[in-house]
Amino acid sequence: MPTLKINGIEVEVEKGMTVLEAARFLGIPIPTLCHEDALQPYGACRLCLVEVSNGRKTTLQASCCLPADDGLVVFTHSARVERARKLLLEMYVATCPSSKRIQDMASAMGLRECRYEAKHETCIQCGLCVRMCEQQMMAGAIGFSGRGVNRSVTRPFDMTSELCRQCGACLFICPVCESRCQGPQAESTLCNGCLNISTVCFQSYDNAMCFLEPCHACEIGGPFRADVGVKPRSKDLTHIVGK
Amino acid sequence: MLKLKSPHEIKELQLCLEASETTRPCISVCAGSGCKASGADNVIASLRKELEKRNLAGTIDLKSTGCHGFCEKGPVMIVWPEKVFYNGVSQSDAKDIVASVMNGHKPVEKLLYKDPNTGERILHEHEVPFYARQQRILFGNNGKLDPKDIRDYIKVGGYHALGRVLLDFTPEQVVESVKRSGLRGRGGAGFPTGVKWEALRKSTVHPRYIVCNADEGDPGAFMDRSLLEGNPHSVIEGIIIGGYALEAKEAYVYVRAEYPLAVEHLSVAIQQAEKAGLLGDNILGTKMSFRIHLVQGAGAFVCGEETALLASIEGKVGEPNPRPPYPVQKGLWGKPTVINNVKTWASVPVIINKGADWYASIGTEKSKGTMVFSLVGKINNTGLVEVPMGITLREMIYEIGGGIPKGKQLKAIQIGGPSGGCIPASMIDLPIDYEALTQAGSMMGSGGMVVMDEDTCMVDVARYFMEFLEEESCGKCFPCREGTQRLKDILNRISQGKGAEEDLELLDDAGWMIKETSLCGLGQTAPNPVLSTLRYFRDEYEAHIRDKKCPAKVCRELIVYEIDETICDGCHACVRVCSSDAILGEKDKVHEIESAKCIKCGACIEVCQPKAVLVH
Repeated sequence: MPTLKINGIEVEVEKGMTVLEAARFLGIPIPTLCHEDALQPYGACRLCLVEVSNGRKTTLQASCCLPADDGLVVFTHSARVERARKLLLEMYVATCPSSKRIQDMASAMGLRECRYEAKHETCIQCGLCVRMCEQQMMAGAIGFSGRGVNRSVTRPFDMTSELCRQCGACLFICPVCESRCQGPQAESTLCNGCLNISTVCFQSYDNAMCFLEPCHACEIGGPFRADVGVKPRSKDLTHIVGK
Repeated sequence: MLKLKSPHEIKELQLCLEASETTRPCISVCAGSGCKASGADNVIASLRKELEKRNLAGTIDLKSTGCHGFCEKGPVMIVWPEKVFYNGVSQSDAKDIVASVMNGHKPVEKLLYKDPNTGERILHEHEVPFYARQQRILFGNNGKLDPKDIRDYIKVGGYHALGRVLLDFTPEQVVESVKRSGLRGRGGAGFPTGVKWEALRKSTVHPRYIVCNADEGDPGAFMDRSLLEGNPHSVIEGIIIGGYALEAKEAYVYVRAEYPLAVEHLSVAIQQAEKAGLLGDNILGTKMSFRIHLVQGAGAFVCGEETALLASIEGKVGEPNPRPPYPVQKGLWGKPTVINNVKTWASVPVIINKGADWYASIGTEKSKGTMVFSLVGKINNTGLVEVPMGITLREMIYEIGGGIPKGKQLKAIQIGGPSGGCIPASMIDLPIDYEALTQAGSMMGSGGMVVMDEDTCMVDVARYFMEFLEEESCGKCFPCREGTQRLKDILNRISQGKGAEEDLELLDDAGWMIKETSLCGLGQTAPNPVLSTLRYFRDEYEAHIRDKKCPAKVCRELIVYEIDETICDGCHACVRVCSSDAILGEKDKVHEIESAKCIKCGACIEVCQPKAVLVH
């Protein structure tokens, strides 16, 4: 069984495991946007980068695709990794500011400024929907077309595909098409974003359950919050846990 | 041609061909893409007509060969056996050339190369300064052989290395030779070829595949193209030797469909090699069976990246996959695969013939052998250049390249294709090898070399390359797809005079990030043009941002056209050519340019005799 070192901790893993799996096995969180356990790794979002040394040189490699080989020395949160991840996230936020997942990650990583112009794209081409459709739903109704700037997820010849059963798995797995939490409005304390997707946020409603993770962006007034004038919310969970 | 039945027969055939060689004069005209563009086909046709007219078809041979390298002076030709070198030949010269061959080889004076410094006419190719400093071990035979005739290749010693390998070498010995020669991949990254081959031999999986990467996509690069067009058999021989060393049975040559001549010559060469018993079952009567398939790429730049290339051969979308697993572990159809560049394969027979030690004696400590560059841009002698590694840029630009035209100053040299970096004129004594170039922020790449003079704006250059890469990025990984667009947007802003001081830091940050995080070699080198120009020409960026000025007077938004009243003689020439009616004034009176209408096309500058149009 291969033995490798992650952040100084020696770990023995099963053959065929990836470094991402090995790190998660150790409880080390590595952010990802294009990874899903049930799908084949794709290596496109590049957020799961780790610093790997093979003795001669160190490089940044996507841990989701990197086999956990014997003797690897891996750093998941070195200064180089953190800087690369943060700069990458800055670009993600600018491209897709409406994504709650991306906003949350950016806030959690301490990103407080975005220097790029906002683009408001609706897709980051993580390929999750394409793989989901092909590998789990066994449909293969969608795929990529075009190259570079013109690349997009689409149906063959842009027509309704006979293969599509409209199961919605692609929507379910998409990390960006859910709306970002809009934050409490001045006149009410309701979070519009959650209402938009017909579930509710337990931090705003007493008797309802939210399927979303608590929103980092709302809690700390993330990078795009200044314009709305949102105040950081106190984490008052008394309505849930009782006094 | 008869089928050869044993490795010994190659040598016999060569001797046979040499013996049958007559002293007949031969005119070998370069019919490479460069010379074709300057009319080589017409020259060949009129030579043929002239020979027929004089009934000399059996007395003087006419041969159309591959690229000789000196594209600037095309069409070029050599008249054998005197080896007289003619350049800039036109259709009407056919008569004189044939007459000169018949009249005891008195050369046609006006077609000889004229040394720009001394004004003297030079008789032979190897005496021309452009060729004198080169060491043409891969391209040397181009001028001698007809790429569509296998006998020509065998006559100059071709397939001799294959015969030797089959007779005297074990596969391990071949790998050992290549390793000892110090040959490194000529596609750009410079990975030691022998080490790659050894890694594949460690695998026990069969079948194994060999791939020749001929997907040359850099703007201004035509090295691989010229080699495939001019000497396809040298590449095929290298691949067969590779097949023997790696115990593979099949090879794929991935060549761009935009290279029709290369595709044609290569297909002919493969057919001929099959007929001669050099490819197919039981090569040269041995147990080895080997086939070469030709795959045409549809022209995506990213398919030069090895994993994308493999995906494309398999019929998938040409997008790269993460490595490891490397192709030597899991390549084409999941089997171990060795991918090497055209020039790498063509170097293999040379190494076998002349010995690994001889090859290793050329070049520097870590970069061995010769490297082929396509020298283009603001340089007097445009063309293909093969030089030993370690030669300095100064020798390259001034001795081989003949300097910068119109007496302008050298500003920068861009090496390594669109994702190479710009090296400033101040570093002209830099030796050309893999490490030195990488350290200087550029890279060897596949060998494109673009020379830029003082009239080039480095911000504009960076912007141009980002535009190219934005389109050619496959789009699979986010940093490359989105990053190249962002870099281009920022550079656009700067060249329009809308840049802010913070943009420079952002360019640095984004460039570093794209380099570090991208999936494949394309993305990992894509920011090089930006980062290297930022490193060496930061003052130019600052001039665009702070002073809103383009020092090289290239960026249209930052320049103004004006007519100097004291010089203008009112000839009206500029008024006539101006397409936007921006020039006011009557004939014989001083003219004036209306800035709001001026589109800065430069037409007025070209027609103004007294040079009264100024650019600020």
